[in-house]
Amino acid sequence: MLRRTLLLGLCRGPLGRGLGTHRGGSILDRDGKMSEIKKKIQSILPGGDWNPLYDTSYLPPESSDVVIVGGGVLGLSVAYWLKKLEKPRGAIRVLVVERDHTEYLAVADDPPLDIQFNPSGYLLLASEKGAAIMENNVKVQRQEGAKVCLMSPEQLRNKFPWINTEGVALASYGMEHEGWFDPWCLLQGLRRKVQSMGVLFCRGEVTRFVSSSNLMKTASGEEVNVKRIHEVHVKIDQSLEYQPVECAIVINAAGAWSGQVAELAGIGKGPPGTLQGTKLPVELRKRYVYLWHCPQGPGLETPFVIDPSGTYFRREGLGHNYLGGCSPTEEEEPDPGNLEVDHDFFQDRVWPPLAQRVPAFETLKVRSAWAGYYDYNTFDQNGVVGPHPLVINMYFATGFSGHGLQQAPAVGRAVAEMVLEGHFQTINLSSFLFSRFYSGEKVQEHNII
Amino acid sequence: MAAPKASLHLVAPVWNGGTRGIGGLSRVVAPEGNQKKGRSLLQFLADCFYDVEALRDHLLRKQVSKVHQKNRFQGREWIRPNQRGHFSLDFLKLQAVPVEAVDASGCAINYQGLDSLLALKELQSLWLQRCPHVDDWCLSRLHPLASSLQELSLAGCPRVSERGLACLHHLWNLRRLDISDLPAVSSPGLTRILVEEMLPSCEVLGADWAQGLKLGPEEQPRDTAGPTPA
Repeated sequence: MLRRTLLLGLCRGPLGRGLGTHRGGSILDRDGKMSEIKKKIQSILPGGDWNPLYDTSYLPPESSDVVIVGGGVLGLSVAYWLKKLEKPRGAIRVLVVERDHTEYLAVADDPPLDIQFNPSGYLLLASEKGAAIMENNVKVQRQEGAKVCLMSPEQLRNKFPWINTEGVALASYGMEHEGWFDPWCLLQGLRRKVQSMGVLFCRGEVTRFVSSSNLMKTASGEEVNVKRIHEVHVKIDQSLEYQPVECAIVINAAGAWSGQVAELAGIGKGPPGTLQGTKLPVELRKRYVYLWHCPQGPGLETPFVIDPSGTYFRREGLGHNYLGGCSPTEEEEPDPGNLEVDHDFFQDRVWPPLAQRVPAFETLKVRSAWAGYYDYNTFDQNGVVGPHPLVINMYFATGFSGHGLQQAPAVGRAVAEMVLEGHFQTINLSSFLFSRFYSGEKVQEHNII
Repeated sequence: MAAPKASLHLVAPVWNGGTRGIGGLSRVVAPEGNQKKGRSLLQFLADCFYDVEALRDHLLRKQVSKVHQKNRFQGREWIRPNQRGHFSLDFLKLQAVPVEAVDASGCAINYQGLDSLLALKELQSLWLQRCPHVDDWCLSRLHPLASSLQELSLAGCPRVSERGLACLHHLWNLRRLDISDLPAVSSPGLTRILVEEMLPSCEVLGADWAQGLKLGPEEQPRDTAGPTPA
């Protein structure tokens, strides 16, 4: 009985952490000491994290309802929506496991989130070949309420005199609420918010899944091995120590490394051509981004320009700096083993189309460059969302091949609904389930740049 | 004989503060920064003689005070509320008359509130000075007014940054733009130059290019206590 009253009194404890709001705090809670004591008591009781022998604060908890592998924008989005849509509040314990500590260090501060949105729009240019598809795309976009306008080469020259319209048959330009923002700001903001909602974070690498399987028969009589993951082994950085975390659900939001995480769960280990033998076709692909300075370059009105050749650039800041790049063809794919930048790639593949499209870019000076990974879906370059048909408690939120950032909020919500309700509610993403890799139904994404 | 240039500084800032809808008259922003060719004789005299400057100032102020506050309909005077804050019912008879100018300075108009303004197809002047909720997102909504809008004022809006100002590129009919005193803009002087380049036929009122420049160690500010010798 004592324990029950303690628990009832303590139930607000973990939810009140983070931003330090103590609304309606009692007089007894001077200096937050009472809530600290409550937290300590709760961690000592069975189910909590406290270990009397040594400090274990760097380890993840021993159990968690949902474990999210990957703390990038998709993982955080799923965590956010899980906490937002759960009933009752605080019912689900969510743990986000992220391997990379340099990228995602938490910065805890309070000012309102400003993601540095530049509403300058996207300008997509199409050649004769692509003009019909572009018109179709614009039609779909307008149906969904986007304010996009189509421009002829002459209108393009009037609006943006710095463009060379040779080879351009049609252009689409977003007029309202379209542009670019700072993904880092979004990530930090999401992380802070999600922490304040009670999500736990852990720095470590998922090295093993412990699962059990059952032989079951499908409706058509076929025998399949249905697996269920019971434990996730999280290995601590630079150490052999690991913590087994009991869990009910695992979300694979590991981005470019989702393929490896899926293999750990046994996905794809089976005779090829069967559902069991179908791997998650998400691979690491290295992409370069270059930042250059061009004093005569286009001005403040410059949108995000995408050439028919796939080369793209946009304005960066106020100092006539621009950033851009281009996706290599399949034959030119760089080795994703490291993040070294190939500067010859800029000279040979990025600069010529840029200079042709914007004559002012004939004289420019590259200031810096960096490389990153796409979680490239080799099947149809579109995302994978939802549960695996055989490993029934692993859900995917990955494979967006460069579009993950823009689709993260919606996908996070869809996966959270799938986890909490068992089906999609707001947006129907059933075309993006894993089973399409087995049935061969492609949902091809053509506009990856 | 010639008035010291230093005294012009005293006049200009006060004048700018009092201005609202600048009529066809003035092309003066900050006299020493004015690069435009073909300055009128009156302006030339105003630069040289303090008295002429003061006279011109006075005439302009008289003009401006007539075009003061609230909405203006085509060919009619401003419609204002009476002492109790109610608008007279004559106002309803004017439904068919298009609205040419809206003064929403200081109003708490926000992103959704702009819906009512965007429907005004003949709007020529829009003043959104010191509106606390007007931000970059709102500016990107203004493009439907491109064919009619000639004058826009965003002075003193705390949430407008240079990213939103980039969207003003759609307003190709704009002739007067006030972007002074925007605290969220990182480099006001540079931003003003870039906006001027972006809108070549528009007169942009904003920060001086020298504002925000850091002086090098050799260029310490001189003592300007007394007037500099002519």
